[in-house]
Amino acid sequence: MSSFHWGRTALLGTAFALTVALSACAGGSAGTGTTAGTDAEPAVGGDLTFALANDPISLNPSGTGSGNDTWYVTRQLVDSLLYQNPDTNELEPWLAKSWEANADATVFTFELRDDVTFSDGTPFTAADVKGTFDDIIAAGPKSQAVSSFVGYQETTVLDDYTVQVTFSTPNSAFPNSTSSVPLGIVGAATLAVPYDDRANGADVVGTGPFVLNTYTKDVETVLDRRDGYAWSPASRDLDGEAYLDSVTFPIVPEPAVRTGSLTSGQVDVIGGVQPVDVETLTASSFPLVSRGNPGVSFGEYFNLSRPIVADIAVREAIAHATNATEIRDTALNDEFNVGTSILAATTPGYADESDYFEFDPKTSAKLLDGAGWKLGDDGIREKDGTRLSLVVNWITNFGPNQTSLELLQQQLKDVGIELTLQGGDVPSFLEKQTSGDFDISWQNLSRADGDVLRTTFSSAAANTLRIDDPTLEALLQEQLATGDPAARADVLADAQERIASQYYQIPVHELTSILATQPDVGGVTLGADSRLDQLTGAWTAAE
Amino acid sequence: MTRYIIRRLAQAIGVLWAAYTVSFLVLYALPGDPARLIAGPDATDITPAQLDALRAEFGLDKPLIVQYFDRLVALVRGDLGQSIPTGRPVTELIGEALPSTIQIAALGLLLAIVFGTGLAILATFSRNAALGRLLLALPPLGVAVPGFWFALLLIQWFSFGIPLFPAVGNVGFAAAVLPAITLALPTGATIAQLLSKSLANTLREPYIDTVWAKGAGPARVHFRHALRNAALPALTVTGLIVGQLLSGTVVAETVFSRPGLGRVTATAVAQQDIPLVQGIVLFAAAVFVLTNLLVDLIYPILDPRIVIGRRRVARVQTGVPA
Repeated sequence: MSSFHWGRTALLGTAFALTVALSACAGGSAGTGTTAGTDAEPAVGGDLTFALANDPISLNPSGTGSGNDTWYVTRQLVDSLLYQNPDTNELEPWLAKSWEANADATVFTFELRDDVTFSDGTPFTAADVKGTFDDIIAAGPKSQAVSSFVGYQETTVLDDYTVQVTFSTPNSAFPNSTSSVPLGIVGAATLAVPYDDRANGADVVGTGPFVLNTYTKDVETVLDRRDGYAWSPASRDLDGEAYLDSVTFPIVPEPAVRTGSLTSGQVDVIGGVQPVDVETLTASSFPLVSRGNPGVSFGEYFNLSRPIVADIAVREAIAHATNATEIRDTALNDEFNVGTSILAATTPGYADESDYFEFDPKTSAKLLDGAGWKLGDDGIREKDGTRLSLVVNWITNFGPNQTSLELLQQQLKDVGIELTLQGGDVPSFLEKQTSGDFDISWQNLSRADGDVLRTTFSSAAANTLRIDDPTLEALLQEQLATGDPAARADVLADAQERIASQYYQIPVHELTSILATQPDVGGVTLGADSRLDQLTGAWTAAE
Repeated sequence: MTRYIIRRLAQAIGVLWAAYTVSFLVLYALPGDPARLIAGPDATDITPAQLDALRAEFGLDKPLIVQYFDRLVALVRGDLGQSIPTGRPVTELIGEALPSTIQIAALGLLLAIVFGTGLAILATFSRNAALGRLLLALPPLGVAVPGFWFALLLIQWFSFGIPLFPAVGNVGFAAAVLPAITLALPTGATIAQLLSKSLANTLREPYIDTVWAKGAGPARVHFRHALRNAALPALTVTGLIVGQLLSGTVVAETVFSRPGLGRVTATAVAQQDIPLVQGIVLFAAAVFVLTNLLVDLIYPILDPRIVIGRRRVARVQTGVPA
């Protein structure tokens, strides 16, 4: 369905490009960065209309909704213990004034602010932190957040404003996890309602800068400013309530309609801007707000249980036959970075490994020759009667994937490797991953912590890539057991080098989250997870 | 008559049961573990025990045959089960989505009948043969135009271009106009195609010559005498038209960002929300069965020669009088 979308979107994008280009006056180039808009003074009051692609489905912050679009909304309702600064990737105080981890990253102690209240007026205390975390554990896999609590033992209330979280196994990723929306703190009034009955948000009580006004499924979610909000993270330079009176999130599923709604002035901000629309929007001076997604980048992930790609020579040959820059330039645009490591550049602990992935088809051919793969009559290599033919498993939910992979298909064919593209929706992709019926997987995962390496490559996790490498496994477990951030970054760098040098994955491009705004809108920013940050500082000068 | 209705209702239940069985087989044979879907694609750290707990909660751990009868018994009680991601009853989700869909479907049907009939009459009415042929060429075009493309053009012209109608939402009558036109296009074209053909056939009937000979004007010939007979084949495909409208809402509601059954369907399929998809299939089957039943009951009113309640119901396929 999504690849179908892509074709339609491309068609319409062209139509828009024509109409908008004709009507647009020669404006200055639009600013691109993590902050939108002009340097004008923020205006106070007004309503911001922010079009999203998907219905939130569940407004319960730790529940399973529709991913990013859900968190764009729920981020406004709840605050977190810690704040990850999107400029530095450092953790900073938020609801917690300070925190510390023990040496092996099993015990975390948080000192809480004592001046915070929930939107129903009750004070925020250590008991709410314990309540929120225990609730997630009780909900199990119904909660998106349960993955952050591997090895969870208990949360102990030391006093009203001190709370301690204990794990039976190391979890150095936990402080970072606390800054994510699903671990946002909800009040006792929320926890009193059964988990399954919270989806409509009526009972969700948080400490955030906005409160829910109405939620209408498949139509819109309206939030109002929370009066008296005064606990923004210090680095945001905003010490009080939000500028806006209210925020309306209408649901507009079709990307081309979102773009048209913005260019025709019907909405103030749109999410999920498609790569094909980037040029149109910048050409007509609609500012973009974009940030590279942290996590593991799009690229070729090998299934080590398959005989052909189990040979490192073949994997290395594929690395040198892959022209990532050409794929980025053709399928995407400059908003997207070419991959330089398994981790995207915005991920804490990222290390550049691009030396391993130089585009060099001659080396590639030499490696394949050396491994015994000889060119056949049809230009595809063979060895002992086996063709060098590989199956690529991929998801159709990101439009450019098809173009990227068709280009990759051509690039690899030039050195005698045949790719069969096996695309499908998320469920069928997951099914193939589970059954192992693929040689290469084209995938990515956005997560604001280097621990994403462990969930992707550890033989103790789902291990869809069937990797059995004690050296890598030791590094992946060590990073999780290293409480000191600097020391942990070193371990993560070693893990990235190991993955690169073994060619377990070949990075092609990173993902970028893109929003677009009206020129008279400012202060809309993306957080360290490259999802919408709180709209405390957002404003609109329009009437 | 009563016996006839009872027999038809029994048939309807049979059709619904078949729809249930087929949808059950198809949906539960799909690849993908529903429990993993509930947990989401990013949930790499979920333990097997946690997945088992989820399966148990949704009854997915039982043998398929047990699940089949469990759900069938619940269905008889009017319980379509729970949507997997939201945990809400399927009947509630469908009921909530229905009013908004009925709005555009009803308006779409009205537009389709008015313009479909109008086009058919105009084409047969026209003295100019070339014009008539041109008009008759329009319905196939209307059926062939992709609804999605047409909907985007409507938005581009009448919302982004000239701001006559809102591009988004379901507030007020204006918001229903463009989606209704989107729905009316293929439906109206189908009606026009059928009606113009059967109208042309009817006009060649000897009894029409009689009417002409009696000195009736073209309007009287068309409206009073020909149309009534010619309308019967169009009525026969009402079930088809309702199906067309229902499936058309998926595109219309997605492009125009309206809530409704089409959006619920699209989301349910994308998320493999099996109980909800099955609920929608059964609902659509029920609508289809009911429509056909109503059509059969209406026949004798339009054409007194048709009598129901006999062993074989005369299903009129053309406007040719017996």
